Amino acid sequence: MSDSPSTGSGERPPSANEDQQRKDSVGATLGKRLRERDLSAAPATLNLLESSAPADREQTAELLRELSPAALGGEAPGHIVGVTGPPGAGKSTLLSALLHSWRASGKSVAMLAVDPSSKRSGGSLLGDRARIDFDPADRAVLIRSTAAGERLGGLAPATRVAAQALAAAFDVVVIETVGVGQAETEVADVADTVVVVVQPGSGDVLQFLKSGIMETPDVLVVTKADLGQIALATRRDLSAALRSLGTKATRVLAVSSLPPPQGIDELVSALEEQRTIADIAARRLRARRSGALLDFAAEHGERGLRAVGGRHTAEQLLEQQDPGLDVQALVRVLETAVAKA
Amino acid sequence: MSSDPSARLPERDRPWMMRTYAGHSTAKASNELYRGNLAKGQTGLSVAFDLPTQTGYDPDDELARGEVGKVGVPVVHRGDMAALMDGIPLDEMNTSMTINATAAWLLALYIVAAEDQGVEQRSLQGTTQNDIIKEFLARGTYAFPPAPSMRLIADMIAYTVEHVPKWNPINICSYHLQEAGATPVQEIAYAMSNAIAVLDAARERLGGRADELMADVFGRISFFVNAGVRFVEEHAKLRAMSILWEELGRERYGVSDERRLRFRYGVQVNSLGLTEAQPENNVQRIVLEALAVTLGRDARARAIQLPAWNEALGLPRPWDQQWSLRIQQVLAYETDILEYPDIFEGSKVMDGLVAELLEGAREEMAIVSEHGGAVEAVPYMKAALVDSHRARIQRIESGEQVVVGQNRFTETEVSPLTDDAEGGILVVDPAVEAEQIESVRRWRAERDQQAVDAALAELARVANSEQHHENLMVPTIAAARAGATTGEWAHTLREVFGSYRAPTGVGEASAAPADNELSQLREEVADLAEKLGRRPKILVGKPGLDGHSNGAEQIAVRARDAGMDVVYEGIRLTPAQIAASALQEGVHVIGLSILSGSHRELIPAVIAALHDAEVDVPVVVGGIIPEQDVAQLKQAGVAAVYTPKDFDISRIMHDIVGIVGAETNGHGPSSNGSA
Repeated sequence: MSDSPSTGSGERPPSANEDQQRKDSVGATLGKRLRERDLSAAPATLNLLESSAPADREQTAELLRELSPAALGGEAPGHIVGVTGPPGAGKSTLLSALLHSWRASGKSVAMLAVDPSSKRSGGSLLGDRARIDFDPADRAVLIRSTAAGERLGGLAPATRVAAQALAAAFDVVVIETVGVGQAETEVADVADTVVVVVQPGSGDVLQFLKSGIMETPDVLVVTKADLGQIALATRRDLSAALRSLGTKATRVLAVSSLPPPQGIDELVSALEEQRTIADIAARRLRARRSGALLDFAAEHGERGLRAVGGRHTAEQLLEQQDPGLDVQALVRVLETAVAKA
Repeated sequence: MSSDPSARLPERDRPWMMRTYAGHSTAKASNELYRGNLAKGQTGLSVAFDLPTQTGYDPDDELARGEVGKVGVPVVHRGDMAALMDGIPLDEMNTSMTINATAAWLLALYIVAAEDQGVEQRSLQGTTQNDIIKEFLARGTYAFPPAPSMRLIADMIAYTVEHVPKWNPINICSYHLQEAGATPVQEIAYAMSNAIAVLDAARERLGGRADELMADVFGRISFFVNAGVRFVEEHAKLRAMSILWEELGRERYGVSDERRLRFRYGVQVNSLGLTEAQPENNVQRIVLEALAVTLGRDARARAIQLPAWNEALGLPRPWDQQWSLRIQQVLAYETDILEYPDIFEGSKVMDGLVAELLEGAREEMAIVSEHGGAVEAVPYMKAALVDSHRARIQRIESGEQVVVGQNRFTETEVSPLTDDAEGGILVVDPAVEAEQIESVRRWRAERDQQAVDAALAELARVANSEQHHENLMVPTIAAARAGATTGEWAHTLREVFGSYRAPTGVGEASAAPADNELSQLREEVADLAEKLGRRPKILVGKPGLDGHSNGAEQIAVRARDAGMDVVYEGIRLTPAQIAASALQEGVHVIGLSILSGSHRELIPAVIAALHDAEVDVPVVVGGIIPEQDVAQLKQAGVAAVYTPKDFDISRIMHDIVGIVGAETNGHGPSSNGSA
């Protein structure tokens, strides 16, 4: 797959111009539909955001412009929740339970399940959606499996942008990734609230927390509470580790998704609480700026960064911009700086 | 026999039990079939249930659509079981039931049908397959999560050992593992590990009475094995299994009675190796495979059922099944195999093969044990099977493994065997499903509803009971007596136990070695990705209740290896689920697999659901699709149909890439559209 579409492949079929005209408004239309909270616009939006075809990139820019804070008159209203944890921790079961709880209170939910097995060189097997139990006739639920970025636990650029776009229409947008450490950091970049899922008896998270490999998440969930003692002990150890780090804000909860479920309601309200405490606008702004920098670097590489004057200068330049700009607009600011230099 | 030089037995051995795996349409039609088979010299019954019965759904459930009466007989309530066994004296018959997730329920119905005939449960003989681990691994007709499934099995063992003492409550199945691609070593090791999990659960269930009853329990555990065409090695496999089994009995469970230590097994020979191309060759294969389980007296099968020559084409007709029964009868009554002691005794070659298999199996069993036993090791074993199956397919694709008539010696005359209107198979009357829906509704309207409600409430209470002291068989039999249905019994337990999806094994499957074929495919996929603007994305899944996922898994793994993004949805999907996934995932093509014969109903239903969801992408179908149905499917909008004769998966992939490419050209440069 070409990663430098700015030059264009020049291999478009003869009908490209007609198609181009017909499609001109596709991005803007989708953006407007999402702004009006039309959930049925979501699948086509995701198809567009994932595409690297030059024409689609232009449409993406139009779409995002419609969803910029400036256009929305503020940040997108949806709650972006990052859920991460090691394989086998029970994320899918937990997400099924959360999904039911959110739907029961009438919230629309989009889930972006990031697959860890994919590599850029090859294909990927995206199997998670089958593990999440939901009613296929329910139009207020969307689950999309997406390929991962280049690093283990990394997010593809499309996933970052997708989360921001879907937050305009859905009440909750979940980004699910696999891993601890790096994955948690990547998700923290985009999400309003970060949940790390741990199964009882696994020491990794404890180690990562203590060594500083992992930033402290907003909520730590110990799954399989039905195992009893061992789950309680894990919860206790994590709480103690957080205290010794001087972190008070992180909630530690034990849940069991098996019938009868335990702790799911508490988790839902803890997430809601975290959202009210956090400065969402600041987080979103930071996410857009870091996303723009990543997109720019992916597109133009180290050479591009040097042309702007280095990574630090690029960051400073982004910080001077209007907070209402969308990611693509910010990328263009950097590109303009290159052109001037 | 040690000092007796006689090469002959003093008396010819009695033949094994001869069965035919049979059942279709309705209880009444199947009863007629059974009586016919018994009249032809069959000595036991082997009941094939339809998929809704096997997975615990009534005929009027949405998931049952297209599956009612297809691969077996629907048994919904005690009335159906009575009709199925009508005129067959249950105190004399030996009945094997291929039933797993709902085994407790079907045994209960059988016990009630016996009561109706005035036969006590004590005198019932037969087998419930009841092996849930292999359902998670290979066959897919599970209903509940692992822990409560194991509890049901343990409860059945505890119940039958006391109340139905001649019943084999479980058949540990290695059969389906081989069908899923297992090597002989894997087949032995996983089956034995599975047996350990079951016996450990039974020992725990028996609690204080374990010492008293464990030897009886061990003696009632039988196996259901497979035999492939490499019949010398297959025979060695069975000798190895009997050695391991005896060892297990003595060392782990303290059994010393020789009779109870004997490795008892029934067999259905290999279906995986049966071909659609030149299907008459399957007869030779079946005969040779039957030799694997009959030649050596020390590891001879107790019961045999042979597949029919046309299994890869569709459902066999009574005549096809008669042919397979006659193979058994010729072996037993015309040949001299039953006249000798074990003919491999002292054979260096056989002993060497057995030792080799034992060594491999012990290593593999140790790995399963390190995972925490068979239940915990399901994901590991599943991934290992997917890998082995892929290796097997690649050997056939490359020609390294010869399959006569398929990848070598393919020139053929027209076969008169398949030259009739139906293509040489049985087609179930589509009206059956509507009749069965009507029939179950009538049943529900006419029974004593209060009694049924009370019985199901009691079932739920016991299922919920703390510590699981109470045996689930008791309220299950009471519910059967009261007139509850299969779907109601399973629904009651699903409410308590939750539902479950087994691991697919495809995520863990290692990447294929890149040969020329695959490199070329990757190029094609990369070109297509540039045209599409993103990586081609394929949805692979199985509509309906058919759990035979091996083919779908291989397609999914190969598509990934070729560079596609693959959404693998696994088994038991409704058309609405498939359409929702296709829409939400933004896939470019959908691959569906059906082996149960329900494609005529389900494929058009999926296409209609896609249409409703405004998803306009090509659909390809694979499975056991009779030639005469292909045109109908294409007319319904299917882009391509693949059957067992399309054994070359790379070629299928190449085809799919072409189909997506053509679609893209037709719809402009980007496939994104605006849905």
